[in-house]
Amino acid sequence: MSYAPARPSACPACDAAPAAEALAARAPLPGARLLLSVPAVHCAACISSIERDLAQMDGVNSARLNLTLKRLSVDARAGIAAQDVIARLDRLGYEAHEMDAGTLSMTETEKQGRDLLMRVGVSGFAMMNVMLLSVAVWAGAEGATRDLFHLISALIAIPTVAFAGQPFFRNAWRALRAGRMDMDGPISFAIILTLFISLYESLLSGKHAYFEAVVMLIFFLLVGRYLDFRARAVARSAAQELAALEVPRAIRVSGGAEATVSVADLAVGDVVLVRPGGRVPVDGVVVAGQSEIDRALLTGETLPVFAAEGHVVSAGEVNLTGPLQVRVTAAGKDSSLHRMADLVANAESARLRYTTIAERAAAAYAPTIPIVSLAAFVIWYWISGGDLRLSMNIAVASLIITCPCALGLAVPAVVTSASGKLFRKGLLIKDGTALERLAEVDTVIFDKTGTLTLGTPAPTNLDQHGPEVLAVALALSEGSSHPLAQALARALRDRGLVPAALDGVSEVAGYGIEAQWQGARVRLGRAAWVGATPRSVTAAYLAIGAQTHAFTFADQLRPGAAEVVAALQAQGKAVKLMSGDVPAAVGDLAARLGIADWQAEALPQDKAAAITALHEAGHKVLMVGDGLNDTVALSVAHVSISPASALDAARAASDMVLLGRDLSPVADALHLSKTAMRRIRENLWQSGIYNIIFVPIALFGFATPLWAAFVMSISSITVTLNALRLK
Amino acid sequence: MEVLAVLIPVSLFLGFLGLGAFLWSLRKGMYDDPDGDSQRILDPRYDDKPKPVTPEEEGR
Repeated sequence: MSYAPARPSACPACDAAPAAEALAARAPLPGARLLLSVPAVHCAACISSIERDLAQMDGVNSARLNLTLKRLSVDARAGIAAQDVIARLDRLGYEAHEMDAGTLSMTETEKQGRDLLMRVGVSGFAMMNVMLLSVAVWAGAEGATRDLFHLISALIAIPTVAFAGQPFFRNAWRALRAGRMDMDGPISFAIILTLFISLYESLLSGKHAYFEAVVMLIFFLLVGRYLDFRARAVARSAAQELAALEVPRAIRVSGGAEATVSVADLAVGDVVLVRPGGRVPVDGVVVAGQSEIDRALLTGETLPVFAAEGHVVSAGEVNLTGPLQVRVTAAGKDSSLHRMADLVANAESARLRYTTIAERAAAAYAPTIPIVSLAAFVIWYWISGGDLRLSMNIAVASLIITCPCALGLAVPAVVTSASGKLFRKGLLIKDGTALERLAEVDTVIFDKTGTLTLGTPAPTNLDQHGPEVLAVALALSEGSSHPLAQALARALRDRGLVPAALDGVSEVAGYGIEAQWQGARVRLGRAAWVGATPRSVTAAYLAIGAQTHAFTFADQLRPGAAEVVAALQAQGKAVKLMSGDVPAAVGDLAARLGIADWQAEALPQDKAAAITALHEAGHKVLMVGDGLNDTVALSVAHVSISPASALDAARAASDMVLLGRDLSPVADALHLSKTAMRRIRENLWQSGIYNIIFVPIALFGFATPLWAAFVMSISSITVTLNALRLK
Repeated sequence: MEVLAVLIPVSLFLGFLGLGAFLWSLRKGMYDDPDGDSQRILDPRYDDKPKPVTPEEEGR
């Protein structure tokens, strides 16, 4: 996890100004392979339109889309940067994020997945072959034929168990050394004991051998293990790759010379240069330059703040318009960014380790396996008057029947089914236990900027201005990289307006943009600078000669925000809004969405404290947020969701990541998690009932290998079918 | 019963053949994108000739 300043793409405001870092990142790599996450792809048309379009792109050799992972791999010539491909995909209508370039080769998780899948395959084929021989025995093969079949089964089963059973043996050994008892201990014990007894029986031409049951047990448990692994690993690796970590760098100015250094090497008193579009790397005081800074990710304020000599800036803020020289007052461990990171670390260690329903079931069930078979052994030894072979056979039969075949599948099958459904809707589950925790939520807290809203302003009163005024505004705003100017230019362009012809356009850093139009001076910028009276809402001001106009802005609602709030309230959840922004903006949004309970000007600590208070009152809180100011709250909350556009620290602290722009999967997720938990409970009951019925049969000595095989397969199949019922 | 002497080796051989085919397809990355492959069958681009092998797939 990194709390380093995120790369510019993580912040909406930086997209407006091509950052110095972004330009540096374009440095050509020879024959680059790019990996992009494209969350919205879902169909055959998506594949062919994306692959065909990128194949025509200059410098791209080939592109291949993986629909399962929603990941695009582009084989490009040197000089093609991810930004170029992202821009091209954007024109096609697909949102894309760059992933870590370190994943060019096969990742560690993929290797593990293939390894598990290979063990599943080996045990599956062994199971089929051993089963063929066993069916012949059950059908009535006698004497030498039966012994031969048993021995051939042993020949297949023993190497299979040695290879495919390794994950269980390793886990059991690890648990044993640590003095713990988990499910893998009894499983490994049952596998090895059954294998030895069966081999012994076959050599003595005994009637029953359980080779097919052993191999089948390994196969079903491995399938459960693989599903479990895939559900978690795919999500985890994607989330990690989205949060491509960046080495924090700063430009140090000493004696007129600029040098790029690591932030860790900066000392208090150094002067660093922050270019427009760049992130402030340290806490400090501005010593030269004028600009505006965007503090949205730190505080949730939508409106940029003016900064000039003597102003204090904090690490993580984004410089918007002019270059700033900042004298370092705190760097590295002492900076405000790092203090925030410490708060998150504390919250995470304080969060109690959550025990899942699968762990609780396993903990309750694991000891019964050896106890039942030991009891069977002792009792039959006593009844039969010391017949070791008979009592051993019955002990093994009850051991193999109690082994939790269905229990191993019960939870992973449902979780896989549910997370696959959510992934298709655009919600990535990062934490294996998140679905379970989500089902318990009764209160939902939203952040405002960047979560319920997109964090990008849109002009609201364009209709109040004449076409000439708009033409001048368009011409001026196109010359600036300020977010308000960019939003204005985009909105006016969309209306099909043509910019007015201007002369001598120049940007005055920190104030606005100025030019000459038909002999008059025109200015677009701050109220005081253009000579207008400031309004209470976010606005940009235009002066044509002495006449002034105000363009007001409102933050755009994220698509699906209104629906989510309505759906959550309909589900009976308490919905709250907590933001660091000013009361006017927060209250306005709360009224639009119908949220009665809202709080403005909340500090990061306030949000976390509110959540802790709710937890103490017995509520379970879902936190949805995106900013640095939300990270503490996200890690304190019972379960948390952040959008893909969030800062990497926020994404790292949250349990689920919303891949698309749309917020509506949040409500679906809450609903689905409840259904999923119901299915899990049903599955646990089902596998329990099979045991209640068949364990007595085994204990009375009636169980045969045929019974064991029958119970195991039928319980595993019913459990899987029940999981697939999930809608 | 003499037929068993032939049938058992044959069935074992077929079993290993199946396992070999599975391991081969696993190594070739055929389980990497099941969703995408089920959609690609609808793509008319490769109807007349086989899909050209990309350098990425060749490397596996």
